[in-house]
Amino acid sequence: MKAIGIILAGGNNKKMRVLTKRRAIPAMPVGGSYRCIDFALSSMTNSRIKTVAVLTQYNSRSLSQHLNSSKWWDFGRKQGGLFVFSPTITAENGEWYRGTADSIYQNLDFLKRQHEPYVVLASGDSIYKVDFDKVIDYHIQKNADITIVTKAMPEGTDLTQYGIVTTDESGRVLNMEEKPMVAESNIASCGIYVIRRRLLIELIEKCAEEDRYDFVNDILIRYKGVKKLYAYPLETYWNKISDVESYFNMNMDFLKKENRDFFFKQYPEIHSKIDDNPPAKYNPGALVKNSLVSSGCIINGEVEDSVLFKKVYVGNNCVIKNCVILNDVYIGDNAHIENCIIESRGTVKPGEVRIAEGKPQVLIEDNERYMI
Amino acid sequence: MIKKEMVAMLLAGGQGSRLGVLTQNGAKPAVAFGGKYRIIDFPLSNCINSGIDTVGVLTQYQPLRLNSHIGIGMPWDLDRNVGGVSILPPYEKSANTEWYTGTANAIYQNINFIDTYNPEYVLILSGDHIYKMDYEIMLDAHKANDAALTIAAMPVPWEEASRFGVVLTDGDGRITEFEEKPANPRSNLASMGIYIFTWSKLREALMATAEQPECDFGKHVIPYIFNKGERIFAYEYNGYWKDVGTLTSYWEANMELIDIIPEFNLYEEFWKVYTKCDQFPPQYIGESATINRCIIGEGTEIYGEVSNSVIGSGVVIEEGAVVRNSIIMSDSVIGKGTVVDKSIVAENVKVGENCVLGTTEYEYKESKLSTKVYASDLVTIAENSVIPDGVKIGINTAISGVTTKDDYTEGSYLDSGDYIVVKEGASR
Repeated sequence: MKAIGIILAGGNNKKMRVLTKRRAIPAMPVGGSYRCIDFALSSMTNSRIKTVAVLTQYNSRSLSQHLNSSKWWDFGRKQGGLFVFSPTITAENGEWYRGTADSIYQNLDFLKRQHEPYVVLASGDSIYKVDFDKVIDYHIQKNADITIVTKAMPEGTDLTQYGIVTTDESGRVLNMEEKPMVAESNIASCGIYVIRRRLLIELIEKCAEEDRYDFVNDILIRYKGVKKLYAYPLETYWNKISDVESYFNMNMDFLKKENRDFFFKQYPEIHSKIDDNPPAKYNPGALVKNSLVSSGCIINGEVEDSVLFKKVYVGNNCVIKNCVILNDVYIGDNAHIENCIIESRGTVKPGEVRIAEGKPQVLIEDNERYMI
Repeated sequence: MIKKEMVAMLLAGGQGSRLGVLTQNGAKPAVAFGGKYRIIDFPLSNCINSGIDTVGVLTQYQPLRLNSHIGIGMPWDLDRNVGGVSILPPYEKSANTEWYTGTANAIYQNINFIDTYNPEYVLILSGDHIYKMDYEIMLDAHKANDAALTIAAMPVPWEEASRFGVVLTDGDGRITEFEEKPANPRSNLASMGIYIFTWSKLREALMATAEQPECDFGKHVIPYIFNKGERIFAYEYNGYWKDVGTLTSYWEANMELIDIIPEFNLYEEFWKVYTKCDQFPPQYIGESATINRCIIGEGTEIYGEVSNSVIGSGVVIEEGAVVRNSIIMSDSVIGKGTVVDKSIVAENVKVGENCVLGTTEYEYKESKLSTKVYASDLVTIAENSVIPDGVKIGINTAISGVTTKDDYTEGSYLDSGDYIVVKEGASR
């Protein structure tokens, strides 16, 4: 095997506001039946990467629960495995991860003990399906030091959310800026990098010596003139959870056939933890249009242009439009909800009316649930 | 030394010929059920939910799908260091090699397997019923009665009792008499084919009846134990229990799942039914879809109209298609404008555009193939079949294989009661 994987899953994102109160972004439910990190993990296992380390820190319980067994992604073999590394106090170190580079530095022993020549470094907050073998081939062919997977963002995207690169014709990175106010191009870094393992160790150690902690600013941007950075252009879907709106839109993207075909039908598939829910059930009164419905849902009312995650209950005479309803939400009879994200395990009271104007609103409905 | 209190032996070797073309290429326990399950998932899930972690699955008839479904038992948590699930096909011996000739003979040939685990009790199950049952409670009753054999039995309506093997009991539940399909039943307590034996007693009985041809539990082993005067008790069960051995009962059991609050509830949190999950994505219900009273599996895409139906995973129901009162199993496609009524469409079937399945416009006729199997006005389509565009198919019919218009009368229809079975490896 050519590479090991490292997934950076430690950061908080204040722009997600209340949604990350309960979980880290990589554990955010996405696309009805998945968690955000499934896309990185599946891309790795589908690229035959056998050893993956997930570096977590912020609010990691929900993520750890999701990663309770490595068998869901076919890791957990005699060779390799899935490892979750949270910060620990050691004789040398009593700090939290102070940044992405520092999180790798604190687990450098792990990196040193592997034998694979390459490392695929990915962030856990994006969704995509990438064949990393192809990225590594590109990396070798370009004789690159670091390859950055990039995506040309469509016109109208708010580029201040992304790392922006400019390249020459051969794909070599000329400049890279993190979340610039004025972007020089529309080429965004996907936060996925390929680098030789020994070089990564070298750069991370140097970084630590200088009390620098961030991978993007202190390694990529700092070394852009010294090391050969190449951009691998990704043609297929890529999106990042950067704020509530982008999270909402990302889920709505799955209502488009081309995205469903790409993620759901095209081999290889995205794997996730198996919940053993029964199939979804539609009772008389159900009226569903242009929506995704996950296993374990029971629907008695009207649902339109929405994404329903697992085990959602929609009561009689409900109207749900343009909503993202997370796992295990109970919506009482006669409720009318439009343009909202309902936080998981919520209970919407019967007759509740919530119609958000403009940007989608996040509803946290911690009401008592009465079940028969 | 390994010691398991109870080992379960699941008889999954039968063809289930009354399911017609559905079991043409695989054993009955592997037939899909309820949108995402297979019939064997129910006894296997009952085992693990009852705390039984050692299960032998006896296979014989076309076991490929059963083998790949069960694998090492991971979906049921039966991948164990000690115990777990073992698939037990018939095997060659130094002398007297034979197939499993009867239910008891199958167990007799696997005495070594059971002895490996050194159990006190052995649970005998069959793979053709839909139910949830806590075998541990049944075992408690077995122990409390100091029984050699406990038979699970359920009260059935008196008028139906003559279709079953019924047991007569005394006041304590001890069985005093057996009646097999009695014309004038004196009891309505029907045996469910679920037995707990004290292993030492069963082992002795299997040895004693070994020479019986087609050695069977009901015909040979249980009478042997009974005649020896051992204590045999009935364990009364009152929950949902459905035999899915015929196309009619199979269809009915599926349809019962779509009731608003079904008698057999899959949505309970604490007695989950597990299965091998091949599909993860949510289902997509399109702009043009109408859905009413149905259950639908993962990854299915619906653009047409579906009512009163059980739809498996990965199915596509195209625009303008109408599916009513039907079972569509995984990965099948129903083409544009096709109407499907009261049909059982097995896995990976391609139904073309503008077909009519289950039309009643032809004169009612019973099945030419087998009136016992194909009844109740059902259309049954075997797995991997193909139905060409624009054909009409009457009731009490069966289709298997890749069909073209040439296979149909005047290139356009299949009369009621008729059938098409395209042989594998035929010119097409």
